[in-house]
This record gives sequence, structure tokens and C-alpha cells, in this order.
Amino acid sequence: MCRIGSIKSKVPVHPSKALHLMLPQQEGHDNSGFAMVMQDLYGVFTEYKDKPLLSLACTQRGAQLVEDYMDSHNFVQLAEWIPKPNKQQGLDIKAMPYYIFRNYDYPEQYNDKTQEEREELMLDTRLALRKILEETNEGYVYSFWPDVLTLKEIGDPRDIATYFRLWDDSGMLVAKSIVTQCRQNTNYDIVRYAAHPFFIQGYTLCANGENTFYTKNMEYQKSLHRGYTGFESDSQNFIYTLHYVLRQLKWPIQYYKHVITPLPFAEAEQREDKKVLSVIRQSLGHLEINGPNTIIAVLPSGEMITCCDSKKLRPVVVGGDDTTIAISSEVCGLNAILPNRDMSKDIYPNEREVVVINNDLEVQRWKQ
Amino acid sequence: METVRTQDVSVNDLKWKIEYCAERCTMCGSCVATCTKNAIEACISHRSVTVSNAHQPEPVKEHKAIPVIKQVASIANACVGCGMCEKVCPNHAIKAVRNIDNRFNLLARDHGPIKRGGRTNLNAQRTLDSIIVGRISQMTDPALDSERHTFDIRAPFGRVLLPGELPLISENGQLTLTGKTPPVNWIYPLIFSDMSIGALSTRAWEAVSLATAYLNEKHNLPIRMCSGEGGMPVKLLESEKLKYMILQIASGHFGWNRIIKAMPRMKVDPAGILIKIGQGAKPGDGGLLPAAKVAEHVQAIRGVPKATLSSPPNHQGLYSIEESVQKMHLSLNAAFGFRVPVAIKCAASATSVSVYNNLLRDPYKICGGFFIDGIQGGTGAANEVSLDHTGHPIVSKLRECYLAAVKQGLQGQIPLWAGGGMGLTGNAAADAFKMICLGANGVFVGKILIQLLGCIGNENGRCNACSTGKCPTGICTQDPRLVKRLDVDKGAQNIVDYILALDSEMRKLMAPIGNSSLPVGRSDALVTTDKAIADKLGIQYVC
Repeated sequence: MCRIGSIKSKVPVHPSKALHLMLPQQEGHDNSGFAMVMQDLYGVFTEYKDKPLLSLACTQRGAQLVEDYMDSHNFVQLAEWIPKPNKQQGLDIKAMPYYIFRNYDYPEQYNDKTQEEREELMLDTRLALRKILEETNEGYVYSFWPDVLTLKEIGDPRDIATYFRLWDDSGMLVAKSIVTQCRQNTNYDIVRYAAHPFFIQGYTLCANGENTFYTKNMEYQKSLHRGYTGFESDSQNFIYTLHYVLRQLKWPIQYYKHVITPLPFAEAEQREDKKVLSVIRQSLGHLEINGPNTIIAVLPSGEMITCCDSKKLRPVVVGGDDTTIAISSEVCGLNAILPNRDMSKDIYPNEREVVVINNDLEVQRWKQ
Repeated sequence: METVRTQDVSVNDLKWKIEYCAERCTMCGSCVATCTKNAIEACISHRSVTVSNAHQPEPVKEHKAIPVIKQVASIANACVGCGMCEKVCPNHAIKAVRNIDNRFNLLARDHGPIKRGGRTNLNAQRTLDSIIVGRISQMTDPALDSERHTFDIRAPFGRVLLPGELPLISENGQLTLTGKTPPVNWIYPLIFSDMSIGALSTRAWEAVSLATAYLNEKHNLPIRMCSGEGGMPVKLLESEKLKYMILQIASGHFGWNRIIKAMPRMKVDPAGILIKIGQGAKPGDGGLLPAAKVAEHVQAIRGVPKATLSSPPNHQGLYSIEESVQKMHLSLNAAFGFRVPVAIKCAASATSVSVYNNLLRDPYKICGGFFIDGIQGGTGAANEVSLDHTGHPIVSKLRECYLAAVKQGLQGQIPLWAGGGMGLTGNAAADAFKMICLGANGVFVGKILIQLLGCIGNENGRCNACSTGKCPTGICTQDPRLVKRLDVDKGAQNIVDYILALDSEMRKLMAPIGNSSLPVGRSDALVTTDKAIADKLGIQYVC
């Protein structure tokens, strides 16, 4: 079992806060890796919030391949932040030679294209880069999207933080939204792509647990969208379905829960919207999720959500104050970073609930 | 010394021989009266016996004429091994034993091809028994509790649309249906398969329908029963119970005159319509009801005289799959106002995937289910050559159809229902569960139901006399004397008990793999000890 956590704040937060959220939960996450997606960035990225940001871990040759591709596709590099690693002896990290976070401007021919067309371009670019790097085994591209930074590495999260100097808040790397977890995939091969959080077109998601409908989800998702690739982890099914329901079908958020954990037939039959629920269950039956799990997701709007499996087999708690709200697998994480919050207001969502935190830190809590 | 004629039929030529013990026999006559095949008779035998009639043993050897039970040496009266004589004998004086040296197949074609009922006796291989539910939730995820957790054991019957095709609009954060969608009924993933009134006795059919209604109304299990070709009593057509029935239309269209006439008076819609194109036991053949079974009530329901009723191999006027969809599916959908799902049943065949692909691509979206029937299915009457030598195993065919849909992203659009040998070894839950993991939405069963009623037929040539009108259990006959042997209530109760146990067993299989709803297509839950099966079905090989 892994542990997941996230922070949403009115003021920019440094990754060390996310680490402090996760470290007390280390008995459950085995310290085998560190991964985070930061959104709504400040510090060095403040000026480029509307420009796609590429998050990349690669070799020198990989960096060259990426540069060649981006140049030949008329992307214009605007800014770049390359962490200067602390390469002290004895750190438990399987580091890649280069970590590149680079803002681009859209190609000139996209100046008068719609936002939707630009979003398709960003996805296609990430998929193309992934293909190039995969074929040559020269690196990994995690996200290519405005105001989104992804870092994933294998090793002890404390050492990874030391390596990237994440303990020292220099003010360069801060964000109002961070989703994180501290474990490599243990069910399948250890591949950097298999470490959540995952990202696709504005949607970020990490999951704690199992999806026992992985095979049937995957077999269906493969035909749904070109961006649904990889499938290195059963947790990817969650994000692809989230993306499909919200972005492709353009359904309201509450229907996500109806897709992944439909109400039992007997319960659905009692509802006024039973016809809608019935056609959803019929048509999206292959996207249902089974098994014990909890997810944390961030939507393109910046809203952060969490929900559990239909039997509430995995824990999660939401708590915070007026400035910061965090979601955590275990309450000890919240206690570490928000010791002065009103604990009586902590929310332990049940199996039918969805908790949504909006950008004003208002918490909505509703049942599917 | 008698002259031996080589060509004379002797009991040694027959498949079953009677083992008779004259010393135990009281000549009560029960066995002779019970035997529906007239395979035994009472006669006098000249015997040399040692008797003692005094108070003290005074054995005397005598030649006596004594009454005995004797097997009739005749192909027409050949014993079928039904065992009724043994069952009825108060003294265990008689039983039928299999005669492995018989010459029956060489001698029994004197009046044309051998006809019989039952199932294949040659191709009873059990692929499903080499498959194990091997992905057990241990540590990484918890197994569920089959007694405590809720499980959704339901399957769709009806045409399912792709998500993007649903007429949904989003208003104020709510989805609203703005148009009609094809009718879909969520039913139990096991259908009582199509056995007609005619093939079955009225009592047997009544017992199955009684069990259906009881399971629905007392146990809330939405089991559906298919009528079989030949219609059903008007009283049932006009009752509320029609909602549990799937009406079948086969190539003879038998019974549909009454169904159509009853339509204006139907209180509820039937659960579905099943167009029968073919059946697994005798693919390429139409239905066959021998004249011996066309009793008065069958004549009335079907609107026919007493004669052998041969349904044609094809639906008249259908020359292609496009026509089938346009003509039959459309007209049957229209007949019930597009409120009742219409599905189609075909015999499994090397061409099943092509058929399924065609149905999936049908622009009208009106095919509500593809029923594939494998070679191990049963029938009331067929040529033995069809039963034993034509057909296609169901397991790989079902899997191929599912994977063909997966390849196109169309899985689940036309629910797949598989039959033909489900529950062959008595455990229908395990068979159903494995088929579901391989991609079936549900299964249909027939033989196991009549076995629960008391049928003693099997894959090893026992009985299989369904075609003769002389079914010894009263299940597949219209002879009033034989039909009385069947206790309707007890038969229905056996089916109910079995299905309730099956429902528990389904939970017992879902719980350890951690699933609370049916694992349709969850092939990762299965492993097999047979490499060839692993390769063919795309599941893990284990040893």
C-alpha cells in the first residue's frame, strides 16, 4: 500500500511542506521514491504561467533529441530552470543526468488557434517526445502544460529532496497546489512512468491502492483516446477515466464517481435519476473500478478532489485552515504540517462521498 | 441345438444389457410396467433348478418352467440405460449395464439416420475444468466477504450505446436524457434456456417457469426464462408473469400466431425477444418435434395438426445478416414499440466472429444480445450425426468474439451470452464465472435444468431418448401417463435450491478476487494448467 497526499493553499507552498506531509506516513509507503506534480506555480515560473512547461528527466542525448524535436516543430524556448543537484556521497537516488523544466511559447502557426487546439498540440507533443525518448531509452517526459511541473525519481524521498535541494526554500520553486506520493510502483516493474501522480491535459491524479479491474479498464481505454497509453500501473486507469468523463464526454464532475463506483442496482433503482445512472452504467461498464483505493485529483480548474472505492477499503482524510488545506492517507501527515488546524473539522470521506476543494479553499462534500 | 443366424439381433448387440437376478425377483411386474421402451418383458424360461420343499434340506434338481424378466433383442426396443427398472424394483433384482461391445451404431440405421435427443456423446471435453480462478486477493488488496458485502450480480440484456452516443445533455451540473435509448434489462447472468412446450412436457415447462417466478418474487433474483420455439399458454401471455419470459422466434415461427393475437391484451412487456438462428447441438438444423410429441395442447399452442414439425434450417426470406437485422430485428423491435430488447442466438461456428462484427456494426443499433451456443448444448431431437459430429466448442469462440469487440473498442455494446455445456459437470456457477471472466456478460443453461427436474441423460449415451416421446422421467414427453411421474412442485424446488446455491457460489468466486460487480472480461483473474488453452485464450499458463 502506498500513501498519497496533497496540499492546496492560498499562498504558494514549497515542496518541503509536501515532504513533511508524507514523511510521518513512511511506514506505509516504504520510501522507495518521490513524485510530485506542482500546479499554479510561482517563483521562477511566475512570469510564464500561460506558457507550456515541459518536465523532463533525461540523458544528454535525450535532451538533444527533445531540443531537436521542439525546434523542428517551431516551439520557442522562453525560460528554463535546471535544478543544480547536491551530489553528496551516500544519497539513495537513482538520478537521471538531467532534469529540465522549460517554458515554451506556442509555435507561430498556433497564434490564432483555439485553446482546445493548443491543448491537443501539447498532448501530441508530449506523446511524440515520449516516443522518441522511449525508443532511444534516453529519458522520460512527464508533462507539457502551462503552469504544471512534474518531478519523479527513484530512491529515498529524503535523499531525493536533498539531491534537488528541496529542503531549502529559496523561493524559486513554489506552488499553490502540490500532489505527491513517496513510493515506486511495487506491483509491477519499477518504471518512472509508473509512479503517480499522473498527468494528462490539465488533469492530475494519484491513487493509493489497487484497481482489480485493470485489465478490463485498460482494454477499453486503449480504444478511447490516443493519450491513454503506458498502462504501467493500474492507477493510470483512474486518470484516464477522469479525463474521459470530464474532458471528452464533458460530463459534470459528480458523474465520475458514478462511472468508477456505480451505485448497487437496488440503490440506483430508488433514485430519481435512475434512467441516467442506468445508461451510464451500461455504456461505461468497462470503466468501473473495483478493489481498494483512494484517489486525489486536480482538475484543470484547479479544484482538488478526493474519493474512495465503493467499500471504503483505503483511508483518506481532509483537513486544514483558512490558508491551507491538505489531503492525506493518514492523519499523522496533516498533524505534521497543520498542527494548529481545528481537527474536529477533519473530513474522513465515506465510500460514496466526493470531497472537492475549490480555489477559494471552500470544501464541498457530497454523496454520489 | 439352435441354429445361429449371424444377422439376428441379440441383446449383446445393444448398448445396454439387463442384468437380472431371477432369485431376487418376485415377479411383481413393476420393471416391465415402468420401462417406456418396452425393452424388457415377462416370459417363461425353462430352467434347471435345485429346490428343497421339505422342513429339512432335501435338495432336488428339477427342470421347471419359471417366469422371468427378459431383455427384448430389438433395435427399436433397445434399452437406453435409464435405470427406471432398477429404481422401481423392490428387491434389487434388475439393472441395466453398459455394453461396451455393442454393435448398435452399425445396426440402428435400418430406418434411416439415427435420431435421438440429448447432447453430443463424442465432444464432451471440458476446457473450463483446466481453468482456475487463480488471481486471488492476498495482501495487495483484500478479498471481500461473500456473506457480508453487497455484490451486484446483474447482466445487461439489450443494445448498449457507446458513451459518446448517449443522448445526454449537461444542464446546471446535471445530466438529462434528451432522447430514447435502446431498451436494456439488467437481469441475472444466467438465463433458463429455450426449451419449448412440446420438447418438454407441460409439467416440466411449468416447473421451470414456476421456479423462474419464485426466484424473482421470493428471492429477488431477476432470472429470465426463454420460451423456446412454440409459444406459450395464452394465460401466461396475458399475465403479469410475462415480464420474466423471453419469447423466442425460430425458423418455424411456431406459436407466434397466438403471441401476436395476445399482444393487445398483454399487461406487461416480455423480458426480451430471442431470434433463434441456430443451436449448438445441431447447427444448421431447424427445430424438430417428432409427431409422437405433438399432443393436443401442442397442436393448439402452435396451431398445427399432429405431424412431425420440422422447422427449416433458415428463417424464410432471410438471405444475409443485413436482412436479418433489417427485417427480423426491426420488425420485432417495432412490434413491441422498441421497448423490448431483441437478441439473436446462433450456433457457435468458425464464422461467429464475422457474425458478431456484422451485428456490432449494424447502423440501427437494435441487436440486444448475441447468444452463442456451443456443441455441448442439448436438444430434444436431432440426427445423431449432427449431435456428435457438427458444432463448435463454446469457450474459445466466446473469447474470440469478446476480443474482436475489444479490438474495436466495442466490448459490451452487444452483450455476449454463452451456452452449450454450462454446468456439464454439475457446477454451473464455476462455469458461468469463468465464461464471464473471458468476456461473457452471462450464460444460458438448459440441460442442467431438466437434470434438476430428474432427467437422467448424460454425455455417455445414457437415455437421450428425448425424441421418442417415451421419456422415462416425464420431462420430454407428452404421454399423460409418463408426465404424471414428474412432481411439478418438487421439480421447481430443486431448480430454486440449485440457483440459490449458485448465487452464493458466484459470491464465493467474486469475493476472493476482490470484485463486487461481475468481472466481465477480467481474464487476468484466470490461469490454466494447459499451455494450449493459455495461448488460445490469452490467459496465464501455470503449473
